[in-house]
Parts: sequence; structure tokens; C-alpha cells
Amino acid sequence: MSDAEARHANTLGAAPVLSVRGLCKSFGALTVAQDIELDLPGGARIGLIGPNGAGKTSFVNLLTGMLRPDAGSVLLEDRAIDRLRPELRVRRGLVRTHQINTLLAETPALENVAIAIAERKRIGWRMLRYGTGWRACLDEAEARLAAMGLGDDRLRLVRELPYGKQRLLEIAIALALKPRVLLLDEPAAGVPAGETRAIHEQLGDLPQDVAILMIEHDMDLVFRFAREIVVMVQGRVLTRGSPSEIANDDRVREVYLGRRVR
Amino acid sequence: MSEFTIVLDGIAYGMVLFIISVGLTVTMGLMRVVNLAHGSFAMIGGYVAAVAVGAGVPFIAAAFGAALVAGLTGALAEVLVYRPLYRKGELAQALMTFGFTFVVIAALTAIFGTSIKTLPLPEYMSGLVDIGFRMYPAYRLFLIAFGLALALALWLGIDRSLYGARLRTAVDNPRMAGAVGINVNRLFQLTFAGGCALAGLGGVVGSALLPLEPYYALRYLVLFLVVVGVGGVGNFKGSFVAAISLGVIDTVAKYFLPSAAAYLFYGAVLALLLWRPDGLMPARSAQ
Amino acid sequence: MNPERSRATRSPPAEKPHAAGWGHLLPWTAALAFYFLGADFLGLGTNALIMVLFALSLDLVLGYAGIITMGHAAFFGFGAYAAGLCAIHVTNDPVTGLLIATAAAGILGFVTGTLILHTKGVTLMMLTLAIGALVAEVANHLRDYTGGDDGLHGIRMAPLLGAFRFDLWGHTAYLYTLAVLLAWFALAWRIMRSPFGRSLDGIRQNVRRMRAIGTPVWWRMVAVYSLGAAMAGTAGALSAQTTRAVGLTALELLASGTVLMVLILGGTRRLYGAFAGAVVYVVVQDFAAQVDPFRWMFVIGALLMAVVLFLENGLMGIIDFAAARARSLWREQTPR
Repeated sequence: MSDAEARHANTLGAAPVLSVRGLCKSFGALTVAQDIELDLPGGARIGLIGPNGAGKTSFVNLLTGMLRPDAGSVLLEDRAIDRLRPELRVRRGLVRTHQINTLLAETPALENVAIAIAERKRIGWRMLRYGTGWRACLDEAEARLAAMGLGDDRLRLVRELPYGKQRLLEIAIALALKPRVLLLDEPAAGVPAGETRAIHEQLGDLPQDVAILMIEHDMDLVFRFAREIVVMVQGRVLTRGSPSEIANDDRVREVYLGRRVR
Repeated sequence: MSEFTIVLDGIAYGMVLFIISVGLTVTMGLMRVVNLAHGSFAMIGGYVAAVAVGAGVPFIAAAFGAALVAGLTGALAEVLVYRPLYRKGELAQALMTFGFTFVVIAALTAIFGTSIKTLPLPEYMSGLVDIGFRMYPAYRLFLIAFGLALALALWLGIDRSLYGARLRTAVDNPRMAGAVGINVNRLFQLTFAGGCALAGLGGVVGSALLPLEPYYALRYLVLFLVVVGVGGVGNFKGSFVAAISLGVIDTVAKYFLPSAAAYLFYGAVLALLLWRPDGLMPARSAQ
Repeated sequence: MNPERSRATRSPPAEKPHAAGWGHLLPWTAALAFYFLGADFLGLGTNALIMVLFALSLDLVLGYAGIITMGHAAFFGFGAYAAGLCAIHVTNDPVTGLLIATAAAGILGFVTGTLILHTKGVTLMMLTLAIGALVAEVANHLRDYTGGDDGLHGIRMAPLLGAFRFDLWGHTAYLYTLAVLLAWFALAWRIMRSPFGRSLDGIRQNVRRMRAIGTPVWWRMVAVYSLGAAMAGTAGALSAQTTRAVGLTALELLASGTVLMVLILGGTRRLYGAFAGAVVYVVVQDFAAQVDPFRWMFVIGALLMAVVLFLENGLMGIIDFAAARARSLWREQTPR
């Protein structure tokens, strides 16, 4: 494990952007998070993998405040955010994408991005004097859509877009929020193979100090993207290491072959 | 009047609320329709019975006849008014059933006139009965007994019978119910009609407490909705508990603080709904 | 596609300036022309304008933000009583009264909105009903101030701006109402195209999405609810000042149902939908309500049902359709 530890030590030089301390959550007998400890240093590129039902999406929901943990704490840039409502966590820079598209279906793509930018710039409250501010949001949104390869679709309503493009739009919106920590919940699910490249490039263009955690089943994408991989099983962190270590880890292989974890 | 009889009065009032509202919890919980027209069926029942009793029909026969008319109207309305709504949004459902209420009010007043309808009680119900330590109106005792019997019958009918098992399946998972061969549409229609018939019956037996006036269907609509909302949409037992509690709260408040009773009642409702938005006993499926 | 979705829930359209110009000109010109042509019916016209304002206020709350309220009449009635009581006990200057009533209704909207907007769906609808019932009970009970069932009478307004007396024929009342309506309309038009307005449009469509981009959803809803309440309060105040009376009926469920009908009939999220709905409303009411109030209920009820079943985009939907047809015909006939 020396390889990973060394890298870990490197990034640890910077304070973690996001720290998770002893996070627990169960629904009755079903435990989805069991004493999870995880640090995301600035610039982290972490892939979170695990079999179905390992609690990956629940973990993201706990981080973003969609679920309330039974115990434990989440710190964003050294400040506890446990009591903040989900939208306030977003304002602090903790941004996620959803597994299933949650977009404004009856609104043009451009405006979907522009209102996110307006919220980021804190001009979402403006009612009367908004002309230049809003135009700037539209301009930025247009540039971001073009970068995602959605330039020609900017005036189409979201519900008219094919599913793959809706996925790209969701990611464009998340990036437009200029996150400090970005949680990607299966970003490539449903995106045609040729278009995952756009996602990958866009993620590559993000500022290096942004921490990214990606849940993904497409192992190609995970191994291309992640510098470090965390494996989750039954609500616990099983192991953490570099892609090559994970690929050669017996326990991980066992998990994916469906045998029980010791 | 002792405190005990005030509480008894409250329970009797609560029973009326329960008899009328129990059908509403079915539509709102089972069919997931925002139903603002439930009071209309109680009103139809009350009006029909009032006219029948006025024409010399015995009270009990008139009551059941009225329930039948309300039930049949309900079955018809389910097809014409509610079925087109199942796939629409809450707003469309609210508007449509609200409009239906207006139409029913207009139709009833056009047929039966705009005066308040009185529904004289039969002699055996209008007297007083000795309940051990004092005399108490037979009518209210009848309401309590009837309400309890109905609650028991519903409990047996829904918790213990095949019909109940099907209904519960359809509530929890309509698609699964269809897959195992339950005719969900027929089940809905029957249940809806049954709920409307109960409302009609409640309109009749409760007419001494909720007078049959032209705006009946609107005036008491909030009351019926509140019973369902406070009890937990789709939950029969919750409706029972809510109806009795609200009946007692209202009656006690009217007795001790007559000037502030209405505020207290709606204040209590607001507080309850804000404290437990899904009602006192939220149905699993409603969560 | 889900039929619920397929209902027209377009965002505010990006109209071409000249098209928007014509669209604006028509209704206001008509309203002004009515002042000169419909001199015998100015009272009726004033009622129509008040109804437009009332329905417009509901359009903000229900049409744009998607808050389904069955108790909107509470704010109209509250504004009406506030204006009436202000005229009798404090000052009978109409503009002051209007501002006070607007603020009062807005505050009521803010207080009730902060309380109930945590909830959603059926619960929220019931809470709006309960608040409507509560306000009506209070007004009924405080009969020393409100006159209870008899209503509030004896409102005497001072001349508008100290110069224009409220005349018997309703000239002043009509123009005063029109001016207030225009001011609110311009404000609403501007606001609904602002980032704030667009976030409301988003909240109606998908609350989760809006949370995910950091929108303080609850505050936005409270804000538009208060704004709608204030606007409804203005409409109520205008009604009190121009008819010189307030009745409990202003608060009843029927009033909430009526304004819903007017808005839905006209078409939601259009702002001008309120105009179309209110004109039909006032004309039909004039015919039906003279006969008896129950026939009037029949008309409202039947219209509500018909709109839900057959006319989901309201009258404005028909107008859009006709305009599109006319344009395409025009294009066919004009040679390139």
C-alpha cells in the first residue's frame, strides 16, 4: 500500500475540503452507513465503487443533507455542516448530480444552466433590476453548454432532449455552480459511449483544487478518472487505494464475485 | 350539564364526522384524488331523506334510501367526474371536484328549494334515556352506538375480509394489485360508492348537528377534510381518532368558551397539521 | 410522456419585442376605450378590473410558483376590511388606505406563508382552507368592527389625491382602479421575468432541482406568497373603496373558488389570462347572478369542470391557437 500512502500523504499536506467523521445511518434493520470515515483533500479524484446496495447513493444523500445521519458529522472546509439544509450546503460549494435526471423539463436548456448561475452569483432574489446581471448569466450558460457540446440544443426544452444530452446538461449545471466538492452519482449512466468523452474532458478542465467523488459502474470511466478508489460494501468502507491496488485486491474481487465479506 | 355529558355530546358529534368522513379518506388515500366534493354526497343524502320523511316515509327507510341514492350518485360521479382525474395533477383534481360541489349545490337548491331542510327525528329517538345517573338524549346515544358499530364493521370488513385484503393491496401497490388479478377499477368504484353512501347516511343521521342548508357541501367541507388530514390520509383508524378528538374539542370549546370556539377549533387544526403534516397516524403508503 | 407533464407549462416566452408590444397594447386600449364607450356600465367595468387584479395575484402564487391555495380570498377579504376600517376609523384618503390594506394583507400572507409553506400537496391545500376558514370566522365574530353578517357599511372616501371626487357614475373609480391595476401589472410582468420569477417557475416544476442548485426554496415561496397576498389585498381594498361596502362573502370559500375559476378559465402563467377570465366572469355573472345566486354557482361549477376537461390552457390557449392559425394563413397568402 506504500504507493497510495505516499500519494495520500502528498495531498494531505492540504487540509481536507470535506471530512466525514463516524457517519452512521440505518433504516430499521438495514444499515446503509456504518461508521464511515473519509477525507477528501483539495484536488481529490476519488472513485467510489461497490456492489448494488452498498450504500453509495445513501452516502451521497447523507453528505448533501437529503438524509439525516443517526450519528457522525460532516465538515466542509473545517466547518460542520450537519445542521445546514441541503440548499445551503450547495451554496457552500457542496454540489451533486443525481442518478436520475432532475431537470426543469419545460424550460430551455440554456435557462436551466442560467438560473443555476444566477443562484451562484446570489442574484436569484432580484426582482426588478436584473437586466445586465441576467444577461451575464445567459452568456456564461451559453459558453458552458457549448463546451459540453450542447450549443445547438440550448433553446430546446429539456424534455425534448435525448436522455444522454440531459445527463450532460445535469453535469453542466453542477459545474456551473463552481463547486468546491463535486459528488457525481453515476454521471455516465445512460450516456452513449461516444459522449462520455465530453464528461471526462469537462471534469479534466475543472480547477485542480476541486475535490471530486464519483460513483460509477462504468469501470473504464472510473479507472480513467480516479487517482484513488474507495470500495464500499454494506455501508462500510472496505478499502481504499490506487486503481491498480484495487484492481488487484482479493477482497474487492470477492465482493464483486458475490461472496460474503469476512 | 356535567362535564361527562359534554364529552358525550362531543363524541356523538365526532361520530357524525367519522361516518361522513370515512368515505373521504378512501378517495383521498386509495384513489389519490384530491376530493373536495365529498360534502355533496352527505348533502344529497340529507336532502333526499328530508324530502322522503316529509312525504311520510319512516326515518330508517328514508335513511337507507338516501344512502342508496348517495351511493348511486357516487358510482356515477366516479365514472364521469373522478376517472378522468386519476392521471391529472392535484390542481385539476381540486378544481374539478370543487366545481362539482358547486353544481351539486345548484342542482339541489333548484330541485328542493333554498330553504333549510328539517329532518324530524322519529319519536323513539327524540326522547331522553336514563343512562344511570342522569337523562340523556336518545338521539345522541344512537349516534354513538351507530358510529361504534360502523367503526367495528369497517374494522372487521377491512382488516379481516378478502375484500379488505384486496383493498389494502390496491392502496399499497395498485400495479401489483392489478398484476395479481384484482380488478382495481371495479374495486375503486365499489369502494367509492360505498364511501359516498356512508356520507349520505351520515348526512341523514347527523342532520340535527349539521343542519341541512343550501351551502352545506361547502360549509362543512373544511371540517371533513380536516378529519381526514388530521387522521392521516388513507387511514381509517386515524380518521376515527381524529373525528372523535375534533368532535370533543369543538364541543368542549363551544361550551366553555363559546366566543372563541371557532378560533380554537381551527387553531387546533392548524397546530396539528403543522406538527404532524401527514396526520396523527400517517398511512404507510402516504409517506 | 406523462400527461401531467404535457400540459403547457412553458416558461415565460422570449417574445419578439414588436409582437409583445401589440399584445400589450390591445387589452389596455380596450380597457381605456371601455371608459368612453361603456359609460353606463362603469361599475361593472370596475368590478372586472378588480377581478383581474385578484386573479393576477393568484397567478403569481398558483400559476408561477405552483402553490395550490384554496384560501386566497382570505387576503382579498383582509385587504377589503383593512381598507374599510381604515376609511372609517383612521383616514379616508384612498391612496393611504390602499397602501395600508396592501401592507396588511402582505403581512398576513408573510405570517401564514412562513407557517404553512413547509408542507406540500394535500396538507398544504388543507392548511390554506383552514386559514381561509379561520379568517372568515374572525371577521364574523368581530361583528362590533366588521358588522358581521350585515357587512361593513358607511365607508366614505375623500377625493382621490385631494382633487377627484368619487362620482356617482364611477368615472373616478374606474380610472383609479385601472391605474392601480396597471402599476401592479407592470410590476408583476417585470418580476416574473426576473431571476426570482424564473426560480419560481423552477420550483413549480421540480423542487429537488432547485434545492440542488442552492435555491432557498422555502424563502422564495414565502416571498411570492406574501407578494400575491399583498396584491390580493390591494384588489380587496379597491373593492371596498369603490363599492363603499365590505361583506363576509368576500372571505367565503365561494370567493376563493371564483377567483380560481377566473384564473384557470383565462389561463395560468400568462398574466393576461386573468383579463380574459375576468371579462367572461363579469359578463356571465351579470346575466346569471341577477337571477339567483345558486344559478350563479352552477355556472361557476360547470365552467370549472369544463375548463379542466376541455380547455387546459384556458381562453389564452384558444387565443394563441387562433393567432398561430392567422399567422400561418397570412404567410400562405403573402407571396415571397
